[in-house]
Amino acid sequence: MTYTLDNVTKLVQPHQVHRDIYTSPEVFRLEMKHLFRNTWLFVGHDSQVPKPGDYFTTQLADQPVLMVRHSDGEVHVLYNRCPHKGTKIVIDRSGNTGKFFRCPYHAWSFKTDGCLLAIPLKKGYENTGFEKTEAARGLAPVGAVHNYRGFVFARLAEEGIGFEEYFGESLSSFDNMIDRSPEGRLEVAGPPLRYMHRCNWKMLVENQTDTCHPMVAHESSAGTAVKIYEAMGNPEPKPMAMEIIAPFMSPYEFFEHMGVRTWPNGHGHTGVHHSIHSNYSEVPGYWEMMVKAHGEEKAKRILSENRHNTVYFPNLMIKGPIQLLRNFIPLAADRTLVESWIYRLVGAPDLLLKRTAMYNRLINAPTSIVGHDDLEMYERAQEGLQADGLEWVNLQRLFSPEEDLSAVAVENGTSERQMRNQFAAWVKFMKPAPAAASARAAE
Amino acid sequence: MTTITGTRPISREALIDFVYHEARLLDEGRYDEWLSLWLPEGIYWMPLDWQQSDPDLVTSLLHEDQFMLRLRIERLKGARTFSQKPKSRCHHVLNRPFVDEFDPEAGRFVTTTNMHYVETRLDDQFLLAVTARHELRLVDGQLRIQLKRVDILNCDAAFGNIQLLP
Repeated sequence: MTYTLDNVTKLVQPHQVHRDIYTSPEVFRLEMKHLFRNTWLFVGHDSQVPKPGDYFTTQLADQPVLMVRHSDGEVHVLYNRCPHKGTKIVIDRSGNTGKFFRCPYHAWSFKTDGCLLAIPLKKGYENTGFEKTEAARGLAPVGAVHNYRGFVFARLAEEGIGFEEYFGESLSSFDNMIDRSPEGRLEVAGPPLRYMHRCNWKMLVENQTDTCHPMVAHESSAGTAVKIYEAMGNPEPKPMAMEIIAPFMSPYEFFEHMGVRTWPNGHGHTGVHHSIHSNYSEVPGYWEMMVKAHGEEKAKRILSENRHNTVYFPNLMIKGPIQLLRNFIPLAADRTLVESWIYRLVGAPDLLLKRTAMYNRLINAPTSIVGHDDLEMYERAQEGLQADGLEWVNLQRLFSPEEDLSAVAVENGTSERQMRNQFAAWVKFMKPAPAAASARAAE
Repeated sequence: MTTITGTRPISREALIDFVYHEARLLDEGRYDEWLSLWLPEGIYWMPLDWQQSDPDLVTSLLHEDQFMLRLRIERLKGARTFSQKPKSRCHHVLNRPFVDEFDPEAGRFVTTTNMHYVETRLDDQFLLAVTARHELRLVDGQLRIQLKRVDILNCDAAFGNIQLLP
């Protein structure tokens, strides 16, 4: 099957998707060229670049970019590619470049907002028409950048949906995560876990709101933990690790009642009413700090919201109650790099960050006894989908033919509505980007 | 002659034998014997960052107490441990350990050992170059692990599953 924009959206039906959406390199290429250009993607947190000249390198889908703090304090997101010969300008994951970037190949230099600063032997370009080329403009910026309370997002396409319209009410999960700091501010805490998955990126994103797998796939870890602890006589207080891992074995009813909420454009979250993060022990002194910062009523409202996983379409997930973010970076149809970052609640007790760091290594590390079983499922699916006997992947749990995914809805927590919501957004944004203003002007 | 007693002074040779023995127990999957090598408060630490100094407030790959290590070992034996069907195997190649601290009076010893760690499952096999630091105590005449710190040479690289223990 040859895929183009004209036929690729036929792979999505309301209750099922064709397996080629996970396995076809052509579909993946179309996703890179269109879906990931039209949507808003997570770049990094601005505390990764606190001072002018600080930069952080990453990739947005298949595009190498850098995030840099300019001398005026603004954070820019630029393609990490010298406009001359294509050399990546910086390749370490983070650093400080001073007042300008200097390409290590021919010493072209650029201001930290991307503008071309100088070229050695510049007179060699006199009367060549060089000033009219795109190279003369310097390091190219991505289409649009938005810094939301420290979290930096970018849209690669020059024209397209605005940040607020794209995320809408789903930003309430970011707000809750950030408001948990008495100062309303987060700071990145150390480097991310980097976990390579030989599977399609969408399997990982779907799994974030898949509430029917924990008690099955994670019985080996969480179930064994509960058994060992029972044999010890369930001593109190429970160690932090048990508080983290035991809720994975909660029964189906727990997940049914937790609820799932979906928003337009493919965003949604599990844990509307409660979640696996609801019953962690109180951290001494924290409540008092929150009351002092926000007042009792608001502090209560913030801390009683314990959303489980919030998916930001296409490839991001956050856990507000524990300040954890996972970025599912697509590398190929069958290859995804997962980066798991944690953040400090500025002004809050260290014990909260200690729990978050523990959660990250227990659940999200390549050495995690929980992560091992998830990856096993994805990789088995990536191989299993090659089977020709069945060509469709079913997403029908609690589906109704009248389902309206353009409306906000709260449903039974075991519904696969959020997965269907993601595919509806996939169809919506799998289109050519609107023509750029600069291109229109040139016509 | 065969047991180390509290009265008999410990030799550097015995420390080195201990480190080799620990790796052998892992390679042979003798996990219950392996767990008996640890102090009750012993910690297995595998940092995420190069030369990481903080185990608590940034992410590590592993920072596990005896409860978590026991859980890890019990899980490996479980009937529904799907990522261990079939089971992984591992193989350590050790350089001779350096004895960095040798304090028989305090019963405190530290060794540093460079190793190549190989893990395999189905058609996949990978190699990690690691440095293991053992902080050992002599308790009732037996060497016990207080801290095993394993630094992976390419700790900042992206890994697939690392299911057994370097």
